[in-house]
Amino acid sequence: MSLQETYTALGLSDFEYDRILELLGRAPNYLELSLFSVMWSEHCGYKNSRPLLRRFPNSGPRVLQGPGENAGVVEVGEGWALAFKVESHNHPSAVEPYEGAATGVGGIIRDILAMGARPVALLDSLRFGPLDEEQNRYLFREVVRGIGGYGNAVGVPTVGGEVEFASSYSGNPLVNAMCIGLMRTEDLVRSRATGEGNLVVLLGSKTGRDGIHGATFASDKLSEESESKRSNVQVGDPFAEKMLIECCLTLLEEDLLVSLQDLGAAGITSSASEMAAKGGVGIEIETDRVPLRESGMEPYEVVISESQERMLAVVEPDKAKGVLDAAERYGLVSAVVGRVAGHSELRVQSGGETVGSIPAEHLADAPVYERDLVRPSYLDEVQEFDLTDIPQPEDYNETLLRMLAHPNLCSRRTIFEQYDHQVGADTVVLPGADAAVMRIKGTKLGYAMTTDGRGRHCFLDPRGGGGATVAEAYRNLSCLGAKPVALTNCLNFGSPEKQEGYYQLAECIEGMAEASEALGTPVVSGNVSLYNETEAGAVYPTPVVGMVGILEDVSRHASPGFKRGGDVVVVLGGAPADRSSLAGSDYLYIVHGEVAGRPPRPNLAAEKETSDLVRDMIQSGLVDTAHDLSGGGKAVALAEMALAGGIGFEYEDYEIARIINTKSTVKILFGEQGARFLVAVPAERWDDLQNALGGMPYNRVGSTGGDRFKIGDLVHLKLSELRKVYERDLFGAPGGAEVIH
Amino acid sequence: MGGGRVRIGIIIFPGSNCDRDALYAVERIDAEPVELWHADADLKGSDAVIVPGGFSYGDYLRPGAIARFANVMAPLEDFARSGGPILGVCNGFQVLTEAHHLPGALLRNTDMRFVCRRVRVRVETAETPWTSQCESGEELTLPVAHNEGNYFADPETLEQIEAEDRVVLRYVENPNGSANDIAGVCNEGRNVVGIMPHPERVSDPVLGSDTGMRILRSVLVEARV
Repeated sequence: MSLQETYTALGLSDFEYDRILELLGRAPNYLELSLFSVMWSEHCGYKNSRPLLRRFPNSGPRVLQGPGENAGVVEVGEGWALAFKVESHNHPSAVEPYEGAATGVGGIIRDILAMGARPVALLDSLRFGPLDEEQNRYLFREVVRGIGGYGNAVGVPTVGGEVEFASSYSGNPLVNAMCIGLMRTEDLVRSRATGEGNLVVLLGSKTGRDGIHGATFASDKLSEESESKRSNVQVGDPFAEKMLIECCLTLLEEDLLVSLQDLGAAGITSSASEMAAKGGVGIEIETDRVPLRESGMEPYEVVISESQERMLAVVEPDKAKGVLDAAERYGLVSAVVGRVAGHSELRVQSGGETVGSIPAEHLADAPVYERDLVRPSYLDEVQEFDLTDIPQPEDYNETLLRMLAHPNLCSRRTIFEQYDHQVGADTVVLPGADAAVMRIKGTKLGYAMTTDGRGRHCFLDPRGGGGATVAEAYRNLSCLGAKPVALTNCLNFGSPEKQEGYYQLAECIEGMAEASEALGTPVVSGNVSLYNETEAGAVYPTPVVGMVGILEDVSRHASPGFKRGGDVVVVLGGAPADRSSLAGSDYLYIVHGEVAGRPPRPNLAAEKETSDLVRDMIQSGLVDTAHDLSGGGKAVALAEMALAGGIGFEYEDYEIARIINTKSTVKILFGEQGARFLVAVPAERWDDLQNALGGMPYNRVGSTGGDRFKIGDLVHLKLSELRKVYERDLFGAPGGAEVIH
Repeated sequence: MGGGRVRIGIIIFPGSNCDRDALYAVERIDAEPVELWHADADLKGSDAVIVPGGFSYGDYLRPGAIARFANVMAPLEDFARSGGPILGVCNGFQVLTEAHHLPGALLRNTDMRFVCRRVRVRVETAETPWTSQCESGEELTLPVAHNEGNYFADPETLEQIEAEDRVVLRYVENPNGSANDIAGVCNEGRNVVGIMPHPERVSDPVLGSDTGMRILRSVLVEARV
């Protein structure tokens, strides 16, 4: 193999190889080249996204740790803090869905652990191709099994997430896992290596050949060849992870560690060089001292192996025995594998000889590519789609049932019941609501979290979609009664080397940044997953937002289900209802098979105003029933509230008259726009609600009661009929085919 | 008892993950939680013992199969023989069947899926130290979360435990295919109880329910006697 073939096979370009020569002043050997290959991959080096990511606001009064560490950290109050981050495991899940998803969960848990926090909650944001294809059903089933198999065993509850199906994800599913950790503010640890002569200890499982060049694999597009890279996918062991969590938390509690870092993509290389670069020191690793699972491993394999369930710690020499003893108590393998050195290189030693040595700062300093923004031509085509040609439904009963039965809108129960969502005894609002709510034991405090993505919207209008994604998360937390404080994101896009992909990435980031600023939710951590492409093309640009909010009094929260008969139901916020649009809507996609139009741009001031008002009404005790009015529009949202509460609903007569006497009936019932909520209050509190609304636009749409769902003469269904389609088994035979295009 | 708080030991195996929840719930009933490490053959003077849920030893081989050989199991056996109250929850139930403190076995759920759900169960007997504060025949809503909760025993054993009134909890809606809808059983001496539902997870009104406290409080009365 020629030199060029060698570095090309490792994913490095001619330009990048020349840059390495320039930085080192000499030719790298194979081990060194491998280190650059993994550290300069998009997954580790953010070489296409770094300049764009600077656009995100990342500071705020509650931010204790912004981007640059294993996870972001925000202050909750009373000395408590939350660490959180979302990360992708898309490519591994495409070729080996069970292990890909399982190790995605394991990896994000270790990121949180590395901050010194106890992992307390998981969420998963998933996207697959349509379920009428066998391969998609297989990926979906195995990813869900993998998340459950790992999360359930490791004892961290999976409390929320989202799932969506669209053909752009066929063959390239998106599997994003978010973890939240709880800690005392003073326990925050960082990954900076310090103290020449301190020891580097590897904790956890033995090192094998799994996941060699996994980070490089994750930074390439998927092809038939990907199948042959199946061995790049690591195998998870949740039992070892559980021991690792308990061991690391014990070590931190006993103050035995200087710093801590998880081993994820690119294994020891990535962890050690990041720790060294941050601390401005060098780290020497002796590969002979790394406990190995198999024999005959080359030094370069040892240092880039992505074997799971491992952590790297810097330890003062006199505390090393305590660390190794604790590891033994938890049944973990541990070893001193290196030391902090006065030089600033990552130096790999084997058999008493140095086999590679590179300044850590060079590994951490991947080249940066900035590209020109060119608006792709497809945008004009999809945005100019003429919505006036869309016919009104002939039968609204049938249309509503069809919407509720669709995999994008139906109940997620058959998914979340496969996840242990109650272990830890802290889950206050169980899955199925707009967001999950957890409490902090011994306090009145609580926190809420959600993951949201709007791929179709971002495809139709990248900037508007980016903003709407952040706004959606903001609404989802607010309608539970939580004050959103910060977000993490996972940017799932196609190749940035193509104009279309780069434009989508840049514009989505711009929209997200604008919304984060306007809503006061800084970006404290994140992950970039590019090259989500198959031969059929790129996935929808799908930034996923994981947002966290705080409740001062966790007992004052709301949920979407109707609570009582006789409640008045109000649409709150937004302009007149007929400003809502079918552009990019679930209705257009599900009923007409169209992904087209330009959805309304988010009105960020209105988003903030309505959300803040709903939250105030919940926290004051006025409102206990609230729901974000989003996908599927008003008819679907009302049906969801009726189903969640097991209580019927009937539209107001004057509303019916208004709907019937216009041509936009379908738009009013199924159209979508941001900044709107549905709330329900007992009739005797109607005056209180009006007072609380102030000048906020609202629309009284109906009242709760009975066992029917009625919208005048348009819709008249028993709740049991709605429930039958809504509660379908997503893992059943593809019998849903009649409702899937 | 000396007037002190009732000491309730909670066994921690590698892979237990409901141990902390059990510790919390025991605090909530104003008893004294005592951590019992699997490698130590010592119940530390516990008045009652909970074997908590989780994935002891990673569920390797099959759930509970390895845990039964842990050092702590020897004094637990003596404690069981002497009539000490023992509650196995979920994986703890599996451990107690593997250790032959309880009849039967827990198989994979019939639909081959993990199930996490709040289910209704009926208390079939108040004559155990862990149900004494419940009424026979009353219904409780408790969470389950398991992959192997499908109770199995041969027909003779089933007949025997039914005849001896040893079914402690029975599902109103069976989530896992259990024989006779059995959610929990006790031993002949009635002091050792295994149940699949997790009472420790519904231990606080803020979680939407504190029904589980009924079960845990029962043992306070029994252990003080």
